[in-house]
Amino acid sequence: MTLIRMNVNGSAKSLEIEPRVSLLDALRERLGVTGPKKGCDQGACGACTVLADGRRINACLALAIQYDGCQITTIEGVDHPLQEAFVRHDGFQCGYCTPGQICSAIGMLSEYEAGMPSAVTDSGGLGEAEIRERMSGNVCRCGAYNGIVGAIMDVAGSDAR
Amino acid sequence: MSIQTETTTDTAPYVGRPVERLDGPAKVSGQARFAAENHYPDMAYAALVHATIARGRIAAIDTAAACAVPDVIAVLTHENAPAMIPAPKLSLLDLSTVASATSVNYLATDEVHWNGQPVAVVVAETWETARHAASLVDLSYEELPAVVDFAAEAPNAVPERSMPLMPSKADKGKAAQALADAPFSVDLQFSTPPHNHNAIEPHATTAVWDGDQLTLHEPAQNIPWLRKHLAKRFGIPEEAVRIISPFVGGAFGGKSRAWPGVLIAAMAARATGRPVRLALTRAGVYHTVGGRTPSTQRVALGADAQGKLTALIHTSVSRTGRVGGMAEPITAASRHLYAVPNIHLSQRSVELDLLSNTFMRAPGEAIGTFALESAVDELAWRMGMDPIALRMLNEPDRDPAGGQRFTHRMLREAYTRGAENFGWHQRDPRAGARRDGPWLVGMGVATAYHPSMRMPASVTLRLHADGTVVMRCGMHEMGMGSATVQAQIVADEMGVPLASVHVEYGDSDLPPSAGAIGSVQTASVAAGVIAASTMLKRSLLTLARRAPGSPLRGRKLEDLQARDSGLHHPDGGQTYAEILSAAGRDHLEAAFKPSMLGFVARMAIDSRRWVTGASGAQFCEVRVNADTGEIRVSRWLGVFDVGTVINPRTAASQLRGGIIMGIGAALSEQTLIDGRTGRIMNPSLSEYHVPVHADIPHIDVDWLNEPDPTTPLGMHGIGEVGITGVAAAVANAIRHATGKRVVDLPITLDKLL
Repeated sequence: MTLIRMNVNGSAKSLEIEPRVSLLDALRERLGVTGPKKGCDQGACGACTVLADGRRINACLALAIQYDGCQITTIEGVDHPLQEAFVRHDGFQCGYCTPGQICSAIGMLSEYEAGMPSAVTDSGGLGEAEIRERMSGNVCRCGAYNGIVGAIMDVAGSDAR
Repeated sequence: MSIQTETTTDTAPYVGRPVERLDGPAKVSGQARFAAENHYPDMAYAALVHATIARGRIAAIDTAAACAVPDVIAVLTHENAPAMIPAPKLSLLDLSTVASATSVNYLATDEVHWNGQPVAVVVAETWETARHAASLVDLSYEELPAVVDFAAEAPNAVPERSMPLMPSKADKGKAAQALADAPFSVDLQFSTPPHNHNAIEPHATTAVWDGDQLTLHEPAQNIPWLRKHLAKRFGIPEEAVRIISPFVGGAFGGKSRAWPGVLIAAMAARATGRPVRLALTRAGVYHTVGGRTPSTQRVALGADAQGKLTALIHTSVSRTGRVGGMAEPITAASRHLYAVPNIHLSQRSVELDLLSNTFMRAPGEAIGTFALESAVDELAWRMGMDPIALRMLNEPDRDPAGGQRFTHRMLREAYTRGAENFGWHQRDPRAGARRDGPWLVGMGVATAYHPSMRMPASVTLRLHADGTVVMRCGMHEMGMGSATVQAQIVADEMGVPLASVHVEYGDSDLPPSAGAIGSVQTASVAAGVIAASTMLKRSLLTLARRAPGSPLRGRKLEDLQARDSGLHHPDGGQTYAEILSAAGRDHLEAAFKPSMLGFVARMAIDSRRWVTGASGAQFCEVRVNADTGEIRVSRWLGVFDVGTVINPRTAASQLRGGIIMGIGAALSEQTLIDGRTGRIMNPSLSEYHVPVHADIPHIDVDWLNEPDPTTPLGMHGIGEVGITGVAAAVANAIRHATGKRVVDLPITLDKLL
C-alpha cells in the first residue's frame, strides 16, 4: 500500500492504495467520483478521459500512484461552455461517453492553442477535419459525432481564446 | 429516475418541437448515475473465469491458488455454487421467455458449450483482487469435437423457423422459372460477418439481497422480461425482484436478455451474503453477450426489357448457438419493397458450438437490405438504368408478399426529395467517371425499411392540485430521449406546460413498459399516455360535473379542449386546480393497463389488414483512393418516411446513429472467430473497429413528417430504420466510384486492390 495525495476537482484527497490500481478505478471505486467512465479499460474508447494538471489522459491506462501530487479534473469539476453546447447540439444520446468527450475536447482545445500539430494540421485553423482527427480517441457508439463536432466548433469559434 | 422538466414559458403543442433532452444537464455534468456507479457499504467485487475450449467437460478445476489470495471472499464453480433453476424455454404465451439468452445453467454444470462460457466467479474485497484471483483458477478439460466454422458449416444449413411476429418467408408465383425466363437478371452471393453491439457501457450488475428480496442496478432494455426471468431462476416471486435502470449506456439489442453476468452476479451476492458488483470487462462482454449472426445470402432478380421486375429470390443462411439464439429476419424486408409477381424468400440456419446470436439493431433487416439493395443496384447497372428510376418503376401499391395494403407508403417522395437535395442529377452514370486528384468519387442509393410494431405498455398519470402531472412508466432510456418525448406528449394531451410534467422511468416499481426493442417503445408508451390522459380527463370531467355551478356541467369530453391546464369549452371551462379544489381532492390518478391478450388479438387482425413500416432513401457519396483503395464516406443524406416526428432534435440523432452504425458495418466492423477454437479473436475496441470521429462526415437527415393513420400520433419507431440500407448505399457508391461490386462485408481496402 502506498499513500498518495491528489487534488480532485479542487478538493484534497489522500488514499492508501495498491500500486496496481488504475487512476480510473481509484476515482470511481475509492473516491466515488464516477463521472469518468470505464468503457474498455485499455485506452481504446476514451470514456475515462480526465484532465491531469490540465492535460487530457486516459485514466484507465494510468496508475493512480503515478499521479501523486497531481491535480485531477473530472467532468464533475468541469464548468465550461462546452457542456451547455453539448446539450444544445445534442452531442450525445446515452451519455456514457459524454464525460470523456467533454474532458477530451477541453484538453484538445488547449493542445491546439499550444501549437501542437495533428496528422491533418494545415494553416486553415480549427476546422471540422481538425476536430475530428483530434477527437478520434473518443468513441461514441450512439453516433453523436455530428453534434459533438458542432458543439466544439460552436465553443471554439465563439471563444476569444 | 425522476426528472423535472426545465422551466419554460413555452406552451403547447410540444409534439414536433426540438425540445432539448431533459436529462441533458445530468449527462454533461457527470451526475447521471449508471448501473456500476451505485455504491453499497460492504460491497464486494466479482470477476468471471471463462472457458477456453468450445465444447467439452471440465475435468478438474483447482481454485486453491485463487482462494489463497488475501481478501478473496469466495470462488464459486460448478462444484460449490448454489444451483439456479434452469432457464425457461421459449413460449409464445409468455414473451418474457425470450429473455432466456442460453439454456446453460451457469456454474451448475461441468459442460462447456462455447469458448468464453463463464465457468467460475471470484468474489473479493476489491476489483483488482477479484481479477487477479480469477486469473489463478486452474482448469483442465476433456475436449469434445466442436463445430464452430460458419463458412464451412453453411452448406449443411436446415430450414429455419421465423422469429415470432416477424415473418421473413414468402412464396408467390414461380420465381425460379421467371428468373430463367427473364431477359435481364442478376444472381449474386453475399456474405456478412458477425457483429457485436459494443455499447460503450459494458454490462455491469450491482446485486443486493435483503432476505429473499433482490435489488439490481442493471442496464436493461426490457425490465419486465428480466424481472420475470430472474424471479424464475431464483425461485422468488416477481414482486421480490427490483430492477433499477434509470440510465443505460447504450444497448442496441445487447441488453435485452438475461446474459450470464446478471445471473452470476445475483447468485454470487446470494451465496456470499454481500452486495456484489460484477462489471464485465470489454472482452467479457464479447464472451458472454451474443451478437449479430453472420450470413451468406443469395439474391437473384429478373426483369423485363423495361426494368419491371419479374422474379425475386432472396435466401439466407445464418447461425444460432446450440444453446440458444433465434432466426433473424434477414429476408423480411424483401417481402415489402418491390412489386414482383414471382417471389421466393426463405431462410436456413446452422447450429454451432458458439454463444447464441441475439438482437442487434435491425436484426435481419440491417444485413438483408445490404444484399437486396446491392442486387437491385447491380441490376440497374446491367440494364443501363438509373437505380432510382428502377426502384420507382417497381414501387408496389400493395404489399408484394402478403397482398395487404400499406397504411402509409411514401418511398417515391423520399427518393424524389433526396435526389434533389443530394444533387443526384449531377451524377455521371458511368463508373469511375469522376475523379478528384487521387480520389475516385461515387454516389449510391439504397432503400431503408423496418417494420413498425407496438407492444403493451402501462402508464399511470397523476395530476396534482398545483397543476403538475406525474407520468409513471418503467420505460427505458438508452439515449433515445424517452422521458423528453413522452413529456412532450403528456403536455399536449393534458394541455399543460412542459415544465409541469414530471416523468418517472427506469424502475421495476413503476408500471411495466414495453421493452426498448424492435423500435417499439416510443409508440407503445405514447399509446399508453394517450389512453391514460383520456381516462384522467374523463375522471376530471366527472368530478367537475358533480360540482354545483361548474361551467362543465352537462358537457361531454368530446366537446372539450384540454388547454391552459384545464378543460375548456368555447362557453367556459375550468382549470384542473379549480376542479380538484372544488371536489376537495389534492390529486387525481388514472392508470392504463392494456391486456396482453387483447393486444395480441388486435395485432393479428391488423397484420392481415395492412402492412406498416418505416422506410427511407439512403444517399451516399464515397471517395476511394485509386492508389491505396482507402474508402472515405464524404457525404450522406437519409430521407425517411417515419410518420410524425415527435422531437426533431432527438430523432435526427437517432437516425444518424443508425446510419453511422451502418457505415461501420459497411466498412470496418467484424467479429473474428477462430475457425478451429471458436474463440473470438478481436474482443476489444482496438481490434473491432467501430466508426470514430474521423470516419464520419456531416450526416444529413430529413423526413417527410406525414402521419401514419394507424399509429399513435401517426408516428413510427425510428431506432432501427436508420441502419437499414446503409451498407448497400455504401457498396453501391463504391461500385459507381470504382466499377467494382463488393459482395462481402466489411468492404475493406484489400477488396478494391
